[in-house]
Amino acid sequence: MMQFMLLFSRQGKLRLQKWYVAHPDKLKKKITRELITTVLARKPKMCSFLEWKDVKVVYKRYASLYFCCAMEQEDNELLTLELIHRYVELLDKYFGSVCELDIIFNFEKAYFILDELVLGGELQETSKKNVLKAIAAQDLLQEEETPQGFFEDHGLG
Amino acid sequence: MAYPMYEVDWSVLPPEQNRRFNPTFNIATIKQVVNEAIERVRMPTPTRLRDLIRQIRAARTAAEERSVVNKECAYIRSTFREEDSVWRCRNIAKLLYIHMLGYPAHFGQLECLKLIASPRFTDKRVGYLGAMLLLDERQDVHLLITNCLKNDLNSNTQFVVGLALCTLGAIASPEMARDLASEVERLIKSPNAYIKKKAALCAFRIIRRVPDLMEMFLPATRSLLTEKNHGVLITGVTLITEMCENSPDTLNHFKKIVPNLVRILKNLILAGYSPEHDVSGVSDPFLQVKILRLLRILGKNDAEASEAMNDILAQVATNTETSKNVGNTILYETVLSIMDIKSESSLRVLAVNILGRFLLNNDKNIRYVALNTLLRTVHVDTSAVQRHRTTILECLKDPDVSIRRRAMELSFALVNGQNIRSMMKELLLFLERSDAEFKAHCSSAMVLAAERYAPSNKWHLDTLFRVFLKAGNYLRDDTVSSTIQIISSAPAERQAYASMRLWHSLEKSAVSADATEKQPLIQVAAWTIGEYGDLLVSEASNAISMVDEDGVDDFVRPSEEYVIDVYQKLLWSTQLSITTKEYLLLSLAKLSTRFTTQPSQDKIRVIIDTFGSHIHIELQQRGVELSQLYRQYAHLRPALLERMPAMEVAGGAGERGADSDAEQEPLSDASPERARPDQDALLDLIIGSDPLTNGDVEHRPAPSTPTNNNTTNDILDLLSGLDLTPSAPVAPPASVVNNNVPLGAPPSSLLLDGLFAPATPAAPVVQELPTVMALDKNGVRVAFGVQRGGEVVTLTMRATTAQDTLTDFLFQAAVPRTFQLDMMSPSGTVLSPQGEITQVLKITNPSRTPLRLRIRVSYTVDGNPILEQAEVNNFPPDLFN
Repeated sequence: MMQFMLLFSRQGKLRLQKWYVAHPDKLKKKITRELITTVLARKPKMCSFLEWKDVKVVYKRYASLYFCCAMEQEDNELLTLELIHRYVELLDKYFGSVCELDIIFNFEKAYFILDELVLGGELQETSKKNVLKAIAAQDLLQEEETPQGFFEDHGLG
Repeated sequence: MAYPMYEVDWSVLPPEQNRRFNPTFNIATIKQVVNEAIERVRMPTPTRLRDLIRQIRAARTAAEERSVVNKECAYIRSTFREEDSVWRCRNIAKLLYIHMLGYPAHFGQLECLKLIASPRFTDKRVGYLGAMLLLDERQDVHLLITNCLKNDLNSNTQFVVGLALCTLGAIASPEMARDLASEVERLIKSPNAYIKKKAALCAFRIIRRVPDLMEMFLPATRSLLTEKNHGVLITGVTLITEMCENSPDTLNHFKKIVPNLVRILKNLILAGYSPEHDVSGVSDPFLQVKILRLLRILGKNDAEASEAMNDILAQVATNTETSKNVGNTILYETVLSIMDIKSESSLRVLAVNILGRFLLNNDKNIRYVALNTLLRTVHVDTSAVQRHRTTILECLKDPDVSIRRRAMELSFALVNGQNIRSMMKELLLFLERSDAEFKAHCSSAMVLAAERYAPSNKWHLDTLFRVFLKAGNYLRDDTVSSTIQIISSAPAERQAYASMRLWHSLEKSAVSADATEKQPLIQVAAWTIGEYGDLLVSEASNAISMVDEDGVDDFVRPSEEYVIDVYQKLLWSTQLSITTKEYLLLSLAKLSTRFTTQPSQDKIRVIIDTFGSHIHIELQQRGVELSQLYRQYAHLRPALLERMPAMEVAGGAGERGADSDAEQEPLSDASPERARPDQDALLDLIIGSDPLTNGDVEHRPAPSTPTNNNTTNDILDLLSGLDLTPSAPVAPPASVVNNNVPLGAPPSSLLLDGLFAPATPAAPVVQELPTVMALDKNGVRVAFGVQRGGEVVTLTMRATTAQDTLTDFLFQAAVPRTFQLDMMSPSGTVLSPQGEITQVLKITNPSRTPLRLRIRVSYTVDGNPILEQAEVNNFPPDLFN
């Protein structure tokens, strides 16, 4: 089971955090800070796995963004890499050649996509098409109920 | 269309306020509506999310960013106060962004609840997102959404149900799990795959948090595997895996699905290309891996189930394309399954070969996985793994810490009697270069391996000394005492050798002033030279070869005075720890009886006298006491500082535990009939109380003929012996001496008390805690008064009786092995209704785990022997903090 997932930039700025285990806020911040520093310090040639505290961290860098998942000891590390890749593919399909800025300005969408891919720390859907279909349908629901007209910036804006 | 602003699309009002269909609307209501609309236009709309993000990103300094955030937070708070429901969704979204930057956002928690309760999907979507980010089971607020979740789990819109399930899966606190389990169970049976898969994962989370709830999900679970939808299949497999790991009964229950799983897997690999689930030529690797893992669990220790999956595992292992990561992912999981189940030997060969290929792969990730898998399979087939030893040792030099760590652990798993010499050589190199985080673990593993496989005693000592040199202060404390034990029990020639070797290192450290980095080494050296200093300086030891592994013999026999000069240098160094100095000081005192020349004697005396005014109280006390041995009690000095008798090396795991009964045998003849079974039973009790007992138990029953009164003492011996494990934290040097030096004559007892008193740092703060009731049966009450004082907790047992007078009252106690228990003698054995029996127990707990105590009380009332047992675990949890 995934314990948490973090997205952060090469500069160490957090872009997305998803926790599947309950920790106090303070601890979450501490873990995030320490993990970002540790991962950023690793050289590009090194392997994508890091035994860190009691979790196994699997990370991969895509352009300027690091995708980093904390898994349990018995989870398949290579599969976690595939899962990260799948998430990146979905973001890419949704935003159309995704970049860090897309995720910054539409972070809620990035969360929505992740929530259609992973639930409670486990993968829930292995078909890309189904994930994107669900997201599109929900976006449509949102659009339909958002009033048009002179309050055009009514939504999240 | 006279009033276009009432068109539904134009309306900014919530539906309940939308008066388009209101038949009673008149000029007044029109006016009100117009006013409201104008008000909204006039009121500045809140900053849009993307504008806020832009502003924050434009901030050039942290202070600037803070001011933007604080301003926005203040604004958001004010809208929350005004109950502005139109912009709530946007404000929460902004708050979530601010939260990600690390600013506090807890004040948005209740607003998320309001969003969730709103009928609009946008509100719900953002509200649930906020709930997942801002709420967790640590805050009671999270329980407030249980009701909303319940409503939404019954919604007609699948996406609303989906949001609720997703949130439940993310938070899943035990309370929530209990309240909503039945809803989830209903949704697993839903015909809608979108809901079904989410519900299955919620069930997985619920079971993980509250295993008791598993039963109710069992009937709905099995049918998940008959679905076509891969989402449902994978979540179903995940759920079943969790259930199987949860209880052996369920595991057996699911054995019958093995053919189903095999069929699904077979379809996956044989079916043609399916674009929906294809990942670089592999059909749904996610599902394949999950199924392989479940097969592994089902096939473990089960020949029949293993037989059923042999073929498919072979197919997966041979047919999977390995040029990409996905293929290796599946192979990795397959190898683990093959090694874990009772598979055919040909299949195992195949698996080991795959691992061999993995190990040589250029991809670091694959190599890591190979090392990891080899470690997990080394217990199954050591010889297969031994074949890769050279490659594994090569990985010890990898620049990547993850790979080094794996390689190190694997290397230790491969050490055996045949390869110990070469392996240790590599590992010593590794130890020298390794990072601080590895040193402690690596050195203690090396000490263990050396102890287990040492080809000779000399090699063992040499290796230990090298480990001491290379691990420096990272060495675990207990290694010092265990090494001292080994030296102490070695033959005299070896002891001379040890003192010479250690002198060499000690002198080198003193000269190069790196002694502070190697304090454990200094401690062992000080002890050894103190004990065997006469052999060190004696010409008689010239026969001992000091040729090291490079064939060089650069040992120069020191003069007595030079030894003392080095001691002085070390003792006066400001950086050595007090413990090390205590070792050195006692060692120096011992040297006074080993060395013979007058100048060296005088030097020793001068050094010891200077410690009489040392700033550290413990060292000062030692200094004063030891200098007394030159004055008033000079006649006692040779006897007191005599060489210690050989210490018995505790070890031989398993054997001693078995021996213990035999050792007790002679005792039973002498002791009263009644006491004997009690002792045995109590011993069982202690051993039984800790399943991890590995048998390295050492106890020596008192040889004296026990009378009825000192059976307690025998038990005491037993108990304290049990706690004397080699892994127990190192005793301060004083107590090492204390255990072994024969006690002197009564007049010196006062001196000895001071001399050998355990090193207590400052007087610990004594704290009284409430009384704990341990036993209350048939009018007999046993209670503990608890008193806390630093490391040691003192329990005062008070036994009282309501009506009968009890004779032969005997109180016994046992603690888990991580504790140390000292029992004082009881105040009596006869308990009358007016009186009480007290007995003091002192408990040391280096691991600071909560205290558990098993007690047994036996007594005779009206001629009938009674025995009561109890387990006491209601001690205050913070007892040892």
